[in-house]
Amino acid sequence: MAKVLMKGNEAIGEAAIRAGCLNYFAYPITPQSEVAEYLVKRMPEVGGVFLQGESEVAVGYMIFGAAGAGERVMTTSSSPGISLMSEAISYIAAAQVPAVFVNIVRGGPGLGGILPSQGDYFQATKGGGHGDYRLLVLAPDGVQEAVEMTMKAFDLAEKYRGPVMIMGDGMIGQMMEPVEFPEDLKSEPSNKDDWASNGMSTRKSKKRNLVRSLFLDPKELNENNLALKAKYEQMKREEVLFEGYNTDSDYKVLITSYGTMSRVCKTAIDMMKEQGIEIGLLRPKTLFPFPEDAVFSAATKQSCKNVISIEMSMGQMVEDVERVVKGQREVHFYGECGGDIPTPEKIIEVIKELL
Amino acid sequence: MGKTFSTPEVMSDNKTHYCPGCTHGIIHRLVAEAIDELGIRERTVGIAPVGCAVLAYNYFDCDFQEAAHGRAPAMATGIKRVRPDLIVFTYQGDGDLASIGMGEIIHAANRGEKFTAIFVNNAIYGMTGGQMAPTTMPGQRATTAPMGRDTASTGMPIRMANLLGELVTPGYVTRQAVLKPQQVNKAKKAIKKAFEYQVEGKCFSFVEVISTCPTNWGLTPLDSLKWAEDNLLPYYELGDYKVPE
Repeated sequence: MAKVLMKGNEAIGEAAIRAGCLNYFAYPITPQSEVAEYLVKRMPEVGGVFLQGESEVAVGYMIFGAAGAGERVMTTSSSPGISLMSEAISYIAAAQVPAVFVNIVRGGPGLGGILPSQGDYFQATKGGGHGDYRLLVLAPDGVQEAVEMTMKAFDLAEKYRGPVMIMGDGMIGQMMEPVEFPEDLKSEPSNKDDWASNGMSTRKSKKRNLVRSLFLDPKELNENNLALKAKYEQMKREEVLFEGYNTDSDYKVLITSYGTMSRVCKTAIDMMKEQGIEIGLLRPKTLFPFPEDAVFSAATKQSCKNVISIEMSMGQMVEDVERVVKGQREVHFYGECGGDIPTPEKIIEVIKELL
Repeated sequence: MGKTFSTPEVMSDNKTHYCPGCTHGIIHRLVAEAIDELGIRERTVGIAPVGCAVLAYNYFDCDFQEAAHGRAPAMATGIKRVRPDLIVFTYQGDGDLASIGMGEIIHAANRGEKFTAIFVNNAIYGMTGGQMAPTTMPGQRATTAPMGRDTASTGMPIRMANLLGELVTPGYVTRQAVLKPQQVNKAKKAIKKAFEYQVEGKCFSFVEVISTCPTNWGLTPLDSLKWAEDNLLPYYELGDYKVPE
């Protein structure tokens, strides 16, 4: 298929349809409302469902209900909205049903701003909602990857029967880039007879299915949490994604950065290469599971003296970097989070201080 | 002579955890009879609330989802929108539906979502131990209103059926009670009608059922029925508040 020029938000909507997700519930919030404006037109063309809910709280449970009924379903929102949906995300994780959430992150805390940010890293990877659960978080660095990851998210949600998040930012949602859509998937959950509450008549066993997160018996609750933990451990083994950039060189400094920020870092690395300075980049594509081994090996390469995490936040992923580098190298941080994205020149200035 | 009375097929054999004298058992049975009579068990999905009926799925033998507090109408919306062929009902108490879930029920009703909401109103929080609800009567004692509900600081009880009846969107909204056999029979008809409207794909349907809570009211089951009759029914008038064309 030929490349088309598309805005990130619209491309994410199209990607969901190409992945066979014909159910979309959402509440408007900047900077991602174009997903809803796109899908309200597209869903009727493919016989899909579009509904604007009354709040992100309600949308979270519309997603839960639809997912519990065994249908592919997605919502998109931005930071404050994701805070409200986090209640439902916790329930969805506990009840083990597949659902896809897209967070086009804007600046926070509070109302913050409407410009790009990566300030929701903690929320996405460390919790957000209550209880012992994890979100599988994919972080695209542009429109093409947003499409690919959105499509992949449905398979992952079904493989692990739980919530999966695409964590983009306002830049990825708003910018236009040439994008190519992969082949349609059009598949749907194959194992749903075992768990979906979609009417007993639909399954051979004729046994009822129960979608729930309440386990009053401590042993039962412990078992459910162990089942969840086993899935998260499997994700750590099987789903880690990352990219190394200029990591074959004898770099003196390793940058860790993801999403939009990593693309600016790449530009800075190219500019420094022209000046004869080698800098490496390790870009996590999955924020959870975090590429622990990859970051550790890249950081502890003999030539590498310093590590710096560059983020559009006040320093969030850097805590994971510090955790996995285990004190073997000094880990620094640079970030801005008002909505301005650090320029390549600024990054070069910061890096040069470490050389 | 053949069998004239038996447990509905959709009711499980489990003993309920409800307190002696609680009317949840009666209302469960009415819902079960309606499901059986309409032959919809195999395509029905119930939504359990948070509150005394949180374990409702233990007493119904059909597919069930369990919601967070107040969110059952949003979950029902999600299911019904993606699978309109399923029959979906929520079963919610007054803390769940009229307090924390007010937003979800109003908007589901106003969108005309084609599911059935069974709203059990006993004017108090049961599961958490007798706290004041939006439906608690003026002067009625609750653990968070030990001197009785003070309407000057907490407002007057919310009449959900009246409120939803005011919406312009067509729907079926009725208030029933289960304090006397005659009322139980009427409530049965209303619940069945609510499901029938859904089966026909006609409209949102809402049945408020005035119920009792002997444990948290501090009354015997019999005194509870009398108290409800004397105190709740004059304020929560029974009858239809909206009927589809």
